[in-house]
Amino acid sequence: MSAELVALSAKAAAEAIAAGELDRAEYFEAYRARSAADELNAYVWVAEEAGAPVEGDLGGVPLAVKDLFCTEGVPSQAGSKILEDYRPPYTATVVERLTAAGTVLLGKTNQDEFAMGSSNENSAYGPVLNPWNRTRVPGGSSGGSAAAVAAGLAPWAIGTDTGGSIRQPAALCGVVGLKPTYGTVSRYGMIAFASSLDQAGPLARDVTDAALLYRHMAGSDPRDATSVAHPEALALPSAQDLSGIRLGVPEDLTGDGVEPGVMAAFEAALEQARALGASVERVALPHADYGLSAYYVLAPAECSSNLSRFDGVRYGSRSDAEDLIGMYTRTRHDGFGDEVKRRIMLGTYALSSGFYDAYYASAQKVRTLIAEDFSQAFERIDFLVTPTSPGVAFALGALTDDPLAMYLNDYFTVPMSLAGIPAISLPCGLSDALPVGVQLAGPAFSENRLLDAAHALEGALGFDGSGVRS
Amino acid sequence: MIDREQVLHVARLARLELTEEETERMSAELSKVLEHIEKLSALDLTQVQPTSHVVAVDVALRPDEPHHSLPVEQALASAPDVADGGFRVPSPQA
Repeated sequence: MSAELVALSAKAAAEAIAAGELDRAEYFEAYRARSAADELNAYVWVAEEAGAPVEGDLGGVPLAVKDLFCTEGVPSQAGSKILEDYRPPYTATVVERLTAAGTVLLGKTNQDEFAMGSSNENSAYGPVLNPWNRTRVPGGSSGGSAAAVAAGLAPWAIGTDTGGSIRQPAALCGVVGLKPTYGTVSRYGMIAFASSLDQAGPLARDVTDAALLYRHMAGSDPRDATSVAHPEALALPSAQDLSGIRLGVPEDLTGDGVEPGVMAAFEAALEQARALGASVERVALPHADYGLSAYYVLAPAECSSNLSRFDGVRYGSRSDAEDLIGMYTRTRHDGFGDEVKRRIMLGTYALSSGFYDAYYASAQKVRTLIAEDFSQAFERIDFLVTPTSPGVAFALGALTDDPLAMYLNDYFTVPMSLAGIPAISLPCGLSDALPVGVQLAGPAFSENRLLDAAHALEGALGFDGSGVRS
Repeated sequence: MIDREQVLHVARLARLELTEEETERMSAELSKVLEHIEKLSALDLTQVQPTSHVVAVDVALRPDEPHHSLPVEQALASAPDVADGGFRVPSPQA
């Protein structure tokens, strides 16, 4: 019975519950029991019971929530030891919105500490295993959310994406992940990493579920002054073909630095797109290659500022010392993991006197150039298309000693984050029996068209991830 | 290249204690990342405006209406040390 329930898409389940054909308590319990028996370490906390039922479009569908979203009274640790067992006094706006739409909090998902990582190995609560192959990473930083959705431990989940943290784990776990236009989803109650880049989005089994969840996440919020109302009513995707759609492949994407199996799956996806009526051309993005460098200045700089709040005074852990400064420095030494320390150091260095212009100011200018590249490209094409990640899920431990090699995972996802534009990853095939993701990116606020195109492509690709949900 | 002295200076700015081993490792790892970042200096950026915010937003002002803030007990509930309705910390000059 549980297997039948888990086979339902979130949308189908919501409709069946609304029609009285599916018992919401039974449906929740099916997922709760599976999640409580999670062997992937995808969850750091699983609900013991469903919250009070709320009517709404999503009435009764369980939701997995990345640990860095504050949930009142429920552990919200952002993958960090410094927030061990922290229970916030308030709930993130996006979780409030989804609860009001009827979703039920199922659990909090594991992640890289403060969302810094591409493998989920930077969690203080242990790595997450990839459900396709348990010797592999699920990607990161929203690795727990991606693994939970792929393994049928949740119908869908929310995550956050700062430089690829929704799209890359979605690709590595064979699910759909959308990074929306910056500002369309409130950041209130999201434990901050890099505020000018952080954006929440859905991870789901298919494009329709992702669109449905996003529709209920989006909206302006008086508590986040950078949030904006989406200018369009968000629809569910329906397109079956790509006729008239112009896709652009970056000129310098020649296969260098991309695994051959990933390139082959990507080329096959382009063939499918052509068969659906799309045209594919090469586009120049002359500054995309500088994206990673700019990102690894801006994100650490913002993180070094945001994470100054963790000082052992108001919440979180404290390490004792004789004097105040000693208490700060020891608390932060003991509470933060290696990668977080690295990024705080890098960001503090980049912002320090004498280096600001060379690093931070330059990176902000490069950000302008990258955004202009995209604007120019979108005069000729509708969507940019790339592999989501240069490789499939790598072995646990393979890159932990080489931070720079780890950062290269974000090569294809970082430019969209810098430009604030929406991008979606959907599974397009297998390489070495591991999922490959294809990324589509469009202009700001193009989610309706982007999801439509992804929906059409998804239908043609026919990726089947049901095998890992059993 | 970021040497040991610079690492210690930045760690002081960041209020971060580092062990001897961490200091050494940080110097090597940060140098490697900074070398990659140096790529930025190849671009002529003199005529380029910086971007700090990607999506145009109207100035987000709200009506100045008073509302309740977090009750003191809740605000203190997660604090490591509390005294007299406030956060207690070690003396700055112990």
